[in-house]
Amino acid sequence: MSRHALVSPGVGFVAPALILIGVFFFLPVLGALLLSFTDFDIYALGRLDRLRFVGLENYRRLLADPLFWTALRNTVYFVAVGGPLSVLASLGAALLVNHRLVRYPGLFRTLLFLPVVTTLAAVAVVWRYLYHPRHGFLNYALGLLGFAPIDWLGDPRWAMPAIILMAVWKNFGFNMVVFIAGLQSIPRRLYEAAEIDGADGFRQFRHITLPMLAPTFLFVTLVTLIGYFQLFAEPYLMTQGGPAESTLSVALLMFQEGFRWWNLGYAAAVAFVLFLIVLAGAGLESRRRRGRG
Amino acid sequence: MLDVIRGWILGAWLFLLVACSAPPPGNTLHFWVMGREGEAVRALAVEFERRHPDIHVKVQQIPWSAAHEKLLTAFAGDALPDVIQLGNTWIPEFAALDALRPLEGGDTADMFPGLVEGSRVAGRLLALPWYVDTRLLFYRRDILARAGYERPPATWAGWRAAMARIREQAGPDQYALLLPITEWQVPVILSLQAGSGLLRDGAQWGDFRGPAFRRAFGFYLDLFRKGFAPALAEAQMSNLYQDFAQGRFAFYITGPWNIGEFQRRLPPAVWDEWETAPLPGPEGPGLSLAGGSSLAVARSSRRPQAALALIRFLAEPERQVEFHRLTGDLPTRRSAWESPLLRDAPHTGAFREQLGAVTPTPGIPEWERIAAQFAHYSEKAVRGALSEEQALTELDSAVDRILAKRRWLLARSPAGAAP
Repeated sequence: MSRHALVSPGVGFVAPALILIGVFFFLPVLGALLLSFTDFDIYALGRLDRLRFVGLENYRRLLADPLFWTALRNTVYFVAVGGPLSVLASLGAALLVNHRLVRYPGLFRTLLFLPVVTTLAAVAVVWRYLYHPRHGFLNYALGLLGFAPIDWLGDPRWAMPAIILMAVWKNFGFNMVVFIAGLQSIPRRLYEAAEIDGADGFRQFRHITLPMLAPTFLFVTLVTLIGYFQLFAEPYLMTQGGPAESTLSVALLMFQEGFRWWNLGYAAAVAFVLFLIVLAGAGLESRRRRGRG
Repeated sequence: MLDVIRGWILGAWLFLLVACSAPPPGNTLHFWVMGREGEAVRALAVEFERRHPDIHVKVQQIPWSAAHEKLLTAFAGDALPDVIQLGNTWIPEFAALDALRPLEGGDTADMFPGLVEGSRVAGRLLALPWYVDTRLLFYRRDILARAGYERPPATWAGWRAAMARIREQAGPDQYALLLPITEWQVPVILSLQAGSGLLRDGAQWGDFRGPAFRRAFGFYLDLFRKGFAPALAEAQMSNLYQDFAQGRFAFYITGPWNIGEFQRRLPPAVWDEWETAPLPGPEGPGLSLAGGSSLAVARSSRRPQAALALIRFLAEPERQVEFHRLTGDLPTRRSAWESPLLRDAPHTGAFREQLGAVTPTPGIPEWERIAAQFAHYSEKAVRGALSEEQALTELDSAVDRILAKRRWLLARSPAGAAP
């Protein structure tokens, strides 16, 4: 230790990153937390002396707001149905693409990954056509199978399934790539040993593939869970939360309160409640997975 | 030597800076317009620029669905344009923000008074009414004639009797009226007609359990309870034009934008069978809402005189007629209505009559949020999820919560810190 090294030189190396994170992440988050204890609204936007400190009032109001519970119910519906569907679709696609009988796996990987890199705004326009009650392809296909047409985005019962279907299609490619990487890291010799022991394809999948994929599963479910809880862009672009608030998500409620009505104090409270929900969801899920593994 | 090179680089850079910014930014008027109106305004701006060669108008089109957010965000970021199109119900909000410059010399002489009333906050004219969206009755003449009516009804009682007759003659899937239960406009209109102010004591509390409001709300709910209208959400009405053509309903309350749509989408067989009429009221022809858009000058504008000139230009009667020709939007000046284009057009006469009896929604910044609550609770009452009494009680307390801040502001400075 020389007399110059009062502070570890490592601090100098991480300082730029720390300062950036501090200024652009921790400070705004702290600001938002303070904001959530005020009644910042359109009056306060005009003149700051109309701002009041209200303590936990925003949180109390939020928990009494039927709209918040509707939004929470919709979000949980989306996560509970869309999350597993999305993971299953990714796993299925990864298994197919990774199968040794598939020719040109690189081509299929790329094609299946395309929705992920496509702009959601463009995807939403195309899917609105697909969902069109009269001219849409989906209803045309249903018609061929003998089903009555569905008003996908206009019927409160079908709007959320429609959003889920689109979100799964849009997002499964990313997790698929993660699963492929996980699959390729499983040593071949395990499968060879299982074959010699006479295990069929399903048992190999059940007793080798799934356990070996456990860390990948943890990562994929956590990332999907966190991402899906923050559902915003799909309903914002497709339905604006309608019909009859059936696709209103917590994040969309936060946006509407904050930027449509400019109740920033209330919207900040929504943001922190959403953060706590995501934290709790992710914590539970990772504990469940770890406990099992 | 180095200094010389530096000098050259600096000089070249300055030159580029100047050369790239032509025409000089000081003479550009930024103008935000919503939706389809933006295209029409570009055509009109050509004439304005010819008259004022020193002013360049830059029109920016923003979609209606994002307009409100965008304007408020622009205010927060000090990035409002010089001239703004505002939905009439947004004027009180921007007045509360003190974002608008009062229009001295804005000429409202022959504008419909109900429209001008909504543009005045605390006695000052903050926006100039540009075009009107007011709602009235679209009806099927033949169905009404079959029920024994030569003319459309003018009173609530007459309307109710006509709907009962139509319903008697109707088939199983036919109704007298189509009325989306998710919109606040029609129940609000009925309440204003019945004489309810919607809010009481200087718009500090909800007044939804007052006698006038109860009368109107009962009439509204009866439309569904008596089976005159099906309880449908707006999103469920995908076949509006087809259903109207097939006579599934005889009355529909809507605005001028549907004149063009009806003409385009209805089959020739019913072209002569539909008409428009002013809204019926409790005792005679009734009020409607002074909806539509106005033009305003941002307080932050550095060219307020040029901005005011543009607004006055667009409000000229000839410009309003031209604008009507381009968009179908209805003018706000009586003199513009004298033009043959409007005088002789089918279906617009009723609008002219209705415009004599229009009134703005309560002029407070909270109105849009109150309206959202209104739509929420009236839908629940129609669907039967809440009783009439429960719906009104909950609506009152929800609106009282929204108005809490306003009460605090008024208590702090009763002289009118809040508009």
